[in-house]
Amino acid sequence: MIGYLVRRLLGIAGTLLVICAITFVIFYLLPTDPAVMFCGKDCPPDRVAQVRQQMGLNAPLVVQFARYVLAIFAGRTMGTGQYVVHCGFPCFGYSFQSGAPVWDLIMNRLPTSVSLAIGAAVVWVLLGLGVGVVSALRKNSWVDRTLMVATIGAAAVPVYFTAMILLYVVVVLLGWLPFPSYVAFTSDPVGWVQNLILPWITLALATAAMYARMTRSSVIETLAEPFVRTARAKGLCERKVVGKHGLRPALTAVATMLGMDLGSLLAGAMITESLFSLPGVGKLFADSLHKADQPVVMGITLLASFFIVTSNLVVDLLYAWIDPRARLS
Amino acid sequence: MTLLQVRDLAVEFSTAEGLVRAVKGVDFDVERGRTLGIVGESGSGKSVTSLAVMGLHRGAEVTGSVDFDGTELIGAPDETVRRLRGRRMAMIFQDALTALHPYFTIGDQIAEAHREHFGSSRRTAWARAVEVLGDVGIPEPARRAGEYPHQFSGGMRQRAMIALALSCEPELIIADEPTTALDVTVQAQVLDLLMKLKEERGLGIIMITHDLGVIARVADDVLVMYGGSAVEQADADALFTAPRHPYTRGLLDSLPRLDAGGAQGEEAALRAIPGSPPSLLSPPAGCAFHPRCPLYAAAPQAACTDARPPLVQVAPSGHRSACVHPEVASPC
Amino acid sequence: MTAVLQTGEPVELTESQERLSPWTLTWRRLRRDKAALFGLGLIAFFVLAALLAPVLTGISGHGPADTDGKAIDPYLGGLPRGSLGGMSPSHWLGVEPMLGRDIFARLLYGAQVSLLVAFSAAVLITAIGVLLGSLAGYFGGRVDAVISRFMDVMMSFPSLIFMIALLSVVKDANRVLLLILVMTLFTWPYIARVIRGQTISLRHREYIEAARASGTGSVRILLTEILPNLTGTIIVYLTLAIPNLIGAEAGLTYLGVGVRPPTPSWGQMISDSVLYYKVDPMFFVLPCACLFLLVLAFTLLGDALRDALDPKGGRG
Repeated sequence: MIGYLVRRLLGIAGTLLVICAITFVIFYLLPTDPAVMFCGKDCPPDRVAQVRQQMGLNAPLVVQFARYVLAIFAGRTMGTGQYVVHCGFPCFGYSFQSGAPVWDLIMNRLPTSVSLAIGAAVVWVLLGLGVGVVSALRKNSWVDRTLMVATIGAAAVPVYFTAMILLYVVVVLLGWLPFPSYVAFTSDPVGWVQNLILPWITLALATAAMYARMTRSSVIETLAEPFVRTARAKGLCERKVVGKHGLRPALTAVATMLGMDLGSLLAGAMITESLFSLPGVGKLFADSLHKADQPVVMGITLLASFFIVTSNLVVDLLYAWIDPRARLS
Repeated sequence: MTLLQVRDLAVEFSTAEGLVRAVKGVDFDVERGRTLGIVGESGSGKSVTSLAVMGLHRGAEVTGSVDFDGTELIGAPDETVRRLRGRRMAMIFQDALTALHPYFTIGDQIAEAHREHFGSSRRTAWARAVEVLGDVGIPEPARRAGEYPHQFSGGMRQRAMIALALSCEPELIIADEPTTALDVTVQAQVLDLLMKLKEERGLGIIMITHDLGVIARVADDVLVMYGGSAVEQADADALFTAPRHPYTRGLLDSLPRLDAGGAQGEEAALRAIPGSPPSLLSPPAGCAFHPRCPLYAAAPQAACTDARPPLVQVAPSGHRSACVHPEVASPC
Repeated sequence: MTAVLQTGEPVELTESQERLSPWTLTWRRLRRDKAALFGLGLIAFFVLAALLAPVLTGISGHGPADTDGKAIDPYLGGLPRGSLGGMSPSHWLGVEPMLGRDIFARLLYGAQVSLLVAFSAAVLITAIGVLLGSLAGYFGGRVDAVISRFMDVMMSFPSLIFMIALLSVVKDANRVLLLILVMTLFTWPYIARVIRGQTISLRHREYIEAARASGTGSVRILLTEILPNLTGTIIVYLTLAIPNLIGAEAGLTYLGVGVRPPTPSWGQMISDSVLYYKVDPMFFVLPCACLFLLVLAFTLLGDALRDALDPKGGRG
């Protein structure tokens, strides 16, 4: 078990290093000069050269990359003379635009994105599992058919449309909710929900539909398994047969899916963030990209990859915990 | 009193392609301390029959009568049947690897049944699980109860399946191809175990199999099924020494025999029954076996195709056969 | 054809069924499925509309880039004149605010882009996915290790972020081609993984073992024995990948990194119209509706194909 974990963690580190390198190369090829970006538009050429020197941009690509990776763990001291700045662990450098540490910039936006992602996941899991299980237990009834038609429709509705209809009906027409803006959960939990419920629904709808269909077929498949028949043959009541013996394996598949989807959601809700003008990581990424703010873009990319690979690991461990067959012998 | 009395049991279910009449009126009795073997090919309706007895036929229409020790099960409330299931009648399934739940330990799965029927405590139920695992010959039962099905060998898993069936001390056990997935040596061990339990506890057993070898080894009475109906019913000795239905004879002829060498060696070569089992959607008219029947091929009779021949007594001691040639004696 | 009762014991029904090729059988099932026919009809409608875009705009009289100052009202902030977003005999589906471009023409040409990008990317994804997936599955060992590791890394990428980054880094390029390539790059591992799994299970079938034992070459086995057996899976995945790709193209364009003006595209129309959703709802609703219908059509067809090719799965 320990050996397995170590191997997996090494694999994760390797994957992240590869991603980091690829990102680095992509942005190294950017036609915009980071020194100019950092210095400003009307910077005299000698000052640009000086900045370039300070930022270490004259070194070969490999050296720059090595410095970047090292700095993440060991911190980094940049500049000379009175311009010396030290950035401690985890050091992703400074924004070309604002000069603020990248880590702080991302951490400022993270609560919004995490709130969005977790809330949406709760909505789609509740909706998806609920609809899927009900459909499966009433297989081929009119309830099942109606729900399944609804899920196909819901999966095809463009997010833009969902967002705008929700905004128009709930905010403009009915005035039930304020126009969404981010309120920290810690300062006002009720306001947090009120402000985020529409983005949650928008983000969750299509995924919920997908989960509903997946849950349905998974439950139907499991209920046809011989071990479910054995549970009936033991004389268990139907509630235990379905709830304990049938649903548990069916939902394992869904749980693994959830882990992967959650991992990619951190910076993957860009469209929803933009539709509701929420200041999340996705928004920060889009803005930084526009302004060629390379350190911020790099930082977000790495963090997003980190979330994906770790959630994959968590899913695998979770799977092994639930299904004894997946445990390593 | 007879433990199980089945009369005119019929099972139908509808598929996208049409109505399937899987079982078309079967009668049989199971006495305490005796084993009834039901033999037939896949699709003969033998497994469907057993599931219908247990009330595990989902989505199928079941008619007729199943009387379990004085309680009529067909048409009884679900709850009545459920309380009998696993408690007084239990089932052993063919492939223990898929029939046991992969997520729970063997001990848990056995204890669960005990808790359900006796409301016993976790500790009592677990102790009972360890006890039955020991009864069926699993070494170190206390340790193995904590293991999962995939950690057991095929034979041990089937023993665990039997332990599960025995945990509530049932009176009737239905074993559906319990040894098909096992090696021959393990097969023998498992069958011996079942027979030992039958003797010790006076169980009634229904042994469902396609394997006449298994029937010869364990059955007291035999029911041969073909195309959803019983074609021959007899005690095991009578069936093996004097089969009356051409299908049964075909089955026996297709068995390899160790004692058939010597003088008649060449004649005793294996003979397969020609053709394939009937379609349940559009079964042949009349006797379901007539398209494959050597007697019909030799001398076609209208009686074979007009109506399904009834099961009639052909010899004393209740030997019954459903063939229009009741006079056919065994050449064996 | 086997009907499986709860027993799991197959009930042979073969005799009564006519022997049909799997494709005839699939087509027969598909033809009975109303949802599939509806999807197929919608797809045909959009494909025809896209192909005939020049002809249709010739009839309607407005090209996708033509501006019509008379159709908008400068005193109302450039909103279309008339009700329903300026629908009129001249502009069948109204005009865009500000520039007064014909929405009908822009939707048609937008369909061209959507379908072109989605189809091309789907074909590329399938080609790469099937090639690498079947190689990994068939050869196993080191080949499999390398390809699988590669797939793992590709699937660990935050794909949306990378697509956006790549699309915005490359400045002067054919945007449509670039979109196709970038979307392909991050989507092929998903089909490759499925194909790999199926190939592994096929590899151990008796007839493949027999072919190998009789000295048939690996390439030949892959092409003549394995590939034909994967066709069903490939078709289903191809069909179900298309709606995702259509959505992704619209999304990337919406975010400003996909197709650039003046090429018309639905994503861009939606992005432009979001600002006007209250005052000129038709402008917003029309491209959304097209996107909805096209995605719906492919999903319905893909689902029906899966059921038709594998009647045991899904429907239960």
